[in-house]
Parts: sequence; structure tokens; C-alpha cells
Amino acid sequence: MSNTPNTTTTTYRDALRAGLRDAMLADDTVVVIGEEVGVYGGAYGVTKDLIKEFGAGRLIDTPISEPAIIGAAVGAAMTGLRPVAELMYVDFLGMTMDQVGNQAAKIRYMFGGQIGVPMVLRTQGGTGRSAGAQHSQSLEAMVMHTPGLRLAMPATASDAYHLLRHSLTLPDPVVFIEHKALYARKEEADLTTPIAPWGKAAIRRPGRDVTLVTYSRMVHVSLEAARVLAERGIEVEVIDLRTLNPLDMETVVASVNRTGRAVAVSEAPMTSGVAAELAARISEECFDFLEDPVLRLAGEDIPVSVSPELESASIPTVGLIVDAISRMVAR
Amino acid sequence: MSQTTLTRSPAMQSPSAPPLRDLYRTMRRIRSFEEHVAELYARSLSAGSMLHLSIGEEGAAAGVCAALQPQDSFTTHHRGHGIFLARGAEPDRMMAEIGGKETGYCRGKGGSMHIADMALGHLGANAIVGGGIPHVVGAGLSYKQLKKDAVSVAFFGDGAMQQGILYESMNMAALWDLPVLFVCINNQYGMGTRIDKATRSTAFDRRAEAFGLRAGMVDGEDVEQVHAMAQDLVDGARKGQPGFMAVSCFRFFGHGRMDKSPYRSADEEETGRKRDPVAHARAALLERSLATPAELDALDAEIGREMSAAIDFTARSPAPELDTMFRDVYGEGEPRPESIKARLDRVLARN
Repeated sequence: MSNTPNTTTTTYRDALRAGLRDAMLADDTVVVIGEEVGVYGGAYGVTKDLIKEFGAGRLIDTPISEPAIIGAAVGAAMTGLRPVAELMYVDFLGMTMDQVGNQAAKIRYMFGGQIGVPMVLRTQGGTGRSAGAQHSQSLEAMVMHTPGLRLAMPATASDAYHLLRHSLTLPDPVVFIEHKALYARKEEADLTTPIAPWGKAAIRRPGRDVTLVTYSRMVHVSLEAARVLAERGIEVEVIDLRTLNPLDMETVVASVNRTGRAVAVSEAPMTSGVAAELAARISEECFDFLEDPVLRLAGEDIPVSVSPELESASIPTVGLIVDAISRMVAR
Repeated sequence: MSQTTLTRSPAMQSPSAPPLRDLYRTMRRIRSFEEHVAELYARSLSAGSMLHLSIGEEGAAAGVCAALQPQDSFTTHHRGHGIFLARGAEPDRMMAEIGGKETGYCRGKGGSMHIADMALGHLGANAIVGGGIPHVVGAGLSYKQLKKDAVSVAFFGDGAMQQGILYESMNMAALWDLPVLFVCINNQYGMGTRIDKATRSTAFDRRAEAFGLRAGMVDGEDVEQVHAMAQDLVDGARKGQPGFMAVSCFRFFGHGRMDKSPYRSADEEETGRKRDPVAHARAALLERSLATPAELDALDAEIGREMSAAIDFTARSPAPELDTMFRDVYGEGEPRPESIKARLDRVLARN
């Protein structure tokens, strides 16, 4: 990538911080509320030093009370603030699911459109840090299964910035799930122009033989697999969904109708997961064009282990993707 | 006023107290509304199977709401008809909402347990026990941050006293000096479980005090006492001293429509129903010569006609159009969910 005046070398973490900072500068009503977001600077350092610039009134450190953090953000969003509530790990979503699923997601609908809940629930998930079964999950299907919630899962620093900025302009609650293994990932990022509008998928690599649909960290694993497969003469088109709600099936369907083969890749457990939803939709919408069944490559249906060997073996790897697509194409 | 004084002494009538006659009227309207909700059900006009009446709890609703200012806000539990009426809701639109009609406060999508009205600061009734409590903490944060002179009040039942979210919320409100008041309407029953079977200690004010809130307990049969305590606590909250009050009363009828209260005796019900805030206020008005029986009878009759008219309004009102089903899942102009029918048309046409 060339270093044009619009790009800058940044990490995913720094891009998120820049997104929060720019949003807070642009909109006085944006406040960040959560455990360790202020003085500590966030468990993964995303909010580091923001308290020095914006003060404790806008970087609100809370007790360890996840349900009330989200609940307070809901109430604040209904009364004039635009809160960014940080849930330290997506694994804690279950603790907050009443406030997320019964309250934030349904208030606009239940109240007949009188008021919305314009808040962002920032959190992070996924494997890669040997954090164990209660700190490594991918729970996006729970969010995707709840009407009323938008869901963004950025794979790149540029998207981390732009999707976060856009989330903070939306009228509805957005669950924004970062990936813990991406925070330190450096890239040449364009923080002035997003790669695509909110709700549109991005084709990260074009290809004629197979469409691979994915999101978050699996974008990078999939791109690596696509490079290996290209050496074997198999051209894989890699689509990064960027947001799971809205879900850009248009881009996916157009690609699958060209390639005739589809693979859905997700780090989350396979059963009833995002990959399953993608497979169902692709099967329904592209049936006449498909040469093979839609494949799901997802996390094993098991809890995540702390052993790095077991952990990394329980989610799709470059090897698994290469093997699956090679066999699919050879059928 | 110290916390102890607040708890132990009968509250004094403040010079700004609303006339008892007004409080009586508010309570009588609640009683009448709830009685008419039963008629709505009998006439098959009620959309919901979930109807929770607040008969016996009118003193809490009227007393606390009289202490609020127009810019204040509140959330309620599932048994919240009375609170919303005390705040000034129109019976027509309330009844229509309970009937699931387009003319209701939430266009028929919310019903009895999810009624809300931003114009009156009603941030929503809630069908999850304790679900609306943290929202007032957020509202309090907003008011503090945006420098608004407003207080937010969470109403909930004694069932929520055993929910963790209450304690997280009280802790935050105290920690951040928020303009918030927590009001427990202790009607003695969480569904069919009497409070003494749900907790060892019913000294609820002590729990709140432990978090650093100003707290008190008051008898909900006496609406003037409820108001006096609420006024004091609301005034404190407005200055950044969050408060808690538990209003003791008796739920005259079952948990919901179909509940015939097999878990309590006829004696208990008879004794409990003597704790009647409407009758108590009526007796006080007559005793103090603030009204004649004829005047109060006329007022009651007028209120009865108002509530009957609300039933008629509901009967006349149209159901929501089916295509409103996909509205308001997300904000105006945002991508809407695709209906199953539209998807089938699309998918099957192509195949």
C-alpha cells in the first residue's frame, strides 16, 4: 500500500481511540462509561489518556456492575446523551442481556417509535490471548438474533475508526465488537475516507472460483488462505461483511452467483452461528448458481481452552480453509 | 433532615402540599380506571393477557407524582397504570394502548406493561422486574451532565427489592450524587409470594441507607404522608442527594387477571383491603369539612363517566395497520427488516 497523504500507520487500538476522540470532539453529548475506561485507560488501552483531555465527567469509571452500566447507558441515551458503554469482554454479555436484549433493543418498538436508544456498546471478543473459556468467546450470533440491535465487527484499523464514528451518528443501539487479537495490528489506514459506507461489505480480494464470506479477525486468516490457494491456481474472493446488522447480502449474492461456490468463515461456534445464517441465506438466494453445498468453517462446538495449542486448534486456521476449499473445488 | 428522622417520624405537611381534594381526585381516577380495565377485558377489548391492577396502591402513585415537576422523568414496573395516570396521562390513550389500538400511547405495540410517553417524562413501564431501574440512573447522569434541573424516579414493586440491578443502581446513584429517587411500592406480594417469604428483612430503607441514600418508609394508606416524604426526597434529589422510599400498601386483588389469590386467606384479604387510601382520603376530606358527601359522589360519578368514555374510545379505535409491524424496529430512514413474505417472493421468483 502506498503512503498517500490520507493514510497513516496506525494500530487497530489507536484507530479506535482516534475514533472515540474525534467523536467526542465533534459531539459534546458523547460520553464513555464503563469499568476502567478512565484512569486505567481501558483493559486493552483503547481509552488511554482520553480522561486527560475530556475529564472524568466524560470518561466515567464505574463499579463492576455490568447490568447497571448498560442500563444507565440506556437511560442516558433516552435523555440526551450519546453514551459509549464499554463491556470489557463480550463474555459478560449474558450478565447484561436484559438491558441489551429486552431494553435497548426493544424500547423504540415497544414505545411506538416515540424514542430511540442511540448508544454504542463497545466490547471485544474472540480467541488469541489464551484467556480461557470465559474471556475468549464470539457471541455475535446472540446480538444478530435480537432485532433492534445493529452489529459492527471491524477487521481493520480503518474500519475500526470509520465504523465507530458512524455508529455514533446512528439513532439506534449498536453493538460494536472488536477483536482482542487485532488491537496491536498495524496497518496503513485511511482515517479520512472509509473503504465502503456503513452496511456495505468490502471485497478484500477479488477471485473467480470461490466466494469466502467472513468478518473480524477471520478476514486476515482468510486472506492468508486465499494467497496460499492462489499459488495452487484457485482464486478466492474474500468478502469482509464489516457489519452483521445491517447484513449486505447483495454483495455476497452477486459474488456467489459469479463464482458458484461459497464458504462462510467465522470464529464463533458453528451451530446456529453466523456462518449458519450465511449458509442458509446463500443457499436460498443463490441455489441455481451453486455448484457445491455452502460450507461452514467455524469454531468447534466446544468451550475455548486456555492451552494455546487447544485454543488455536479450535477455530478455523489457514490450513483448514486451504484444505476445505481445495477439496471443494476438486470435487 | 437526618436519615433517622426521615424514617421514624410521621412527615409533616409542607406549605406547598397539594390540596387533599386534588390527591383524592387523582386516586379516585386511578381506582376507577383500574375497575374499567376489567370491563375492557370483559368486553374482549383488551389486547393483552397481562393486566396488573394497582387498586390499593393509589396513595403511592398520587403522593409521589404530586411531588414532581414537569421536567422530571420516571420509569415504572408492570403495575404502573396508576403512576402514569397520576402523572397526567389521558385515560383514552391509555385504555386504547391496553387494548392494542393505533390510538394508544405506543400505537398498540406496547400495551399495559410497556406504556410510555416522552411528553410526560414517562421513560417506560417495564415487564422485567427491575428492568427500568438503571434507566433513571442514566437519566440522572444526563441531567447532571447537561445541567438540567430535573429528577428521575424509578417506581418498582417489592419483588424488585430482591433483584441485583436495584443495588447496582442505588450504588451508582449514591456514588455519583445523581438526581434520582427510588420508590418501592411494597404491596406485600411478588406475584403469589408474600414478602416475608421472599426476604428475611423488610427494613428496606436500611438497605438504601447502607448505600448512602436518604431513605424512608411510609404508609401508603395516607397519601398526604406519602406526598410529604416524597417531596422531601425529591427536593433532596434535585440537589444531588439521591433518595429511596418504600411505600407500604396492600394489593387488593390477584397478581393478574386470572389470579384468584389461592396463596392467601380471606381474612388476610379482608384486613388488607381495609388499608384503602381512597377511603382514607375521603374520610379525611369529610372530617375536615373540605368536601360534602354529595360533592364527592358527584366527583366520583364524573370520573366514572370519563373512564367509560375511555372504554368507548378504545372500542371505536382502529387496530394498527399490519404494515406498521416493520416500523420502529430501527430509526426513521434506517434499513428495515425484510418481511418473510417479501423474501419468499424474491427467492422463489428467482428460482
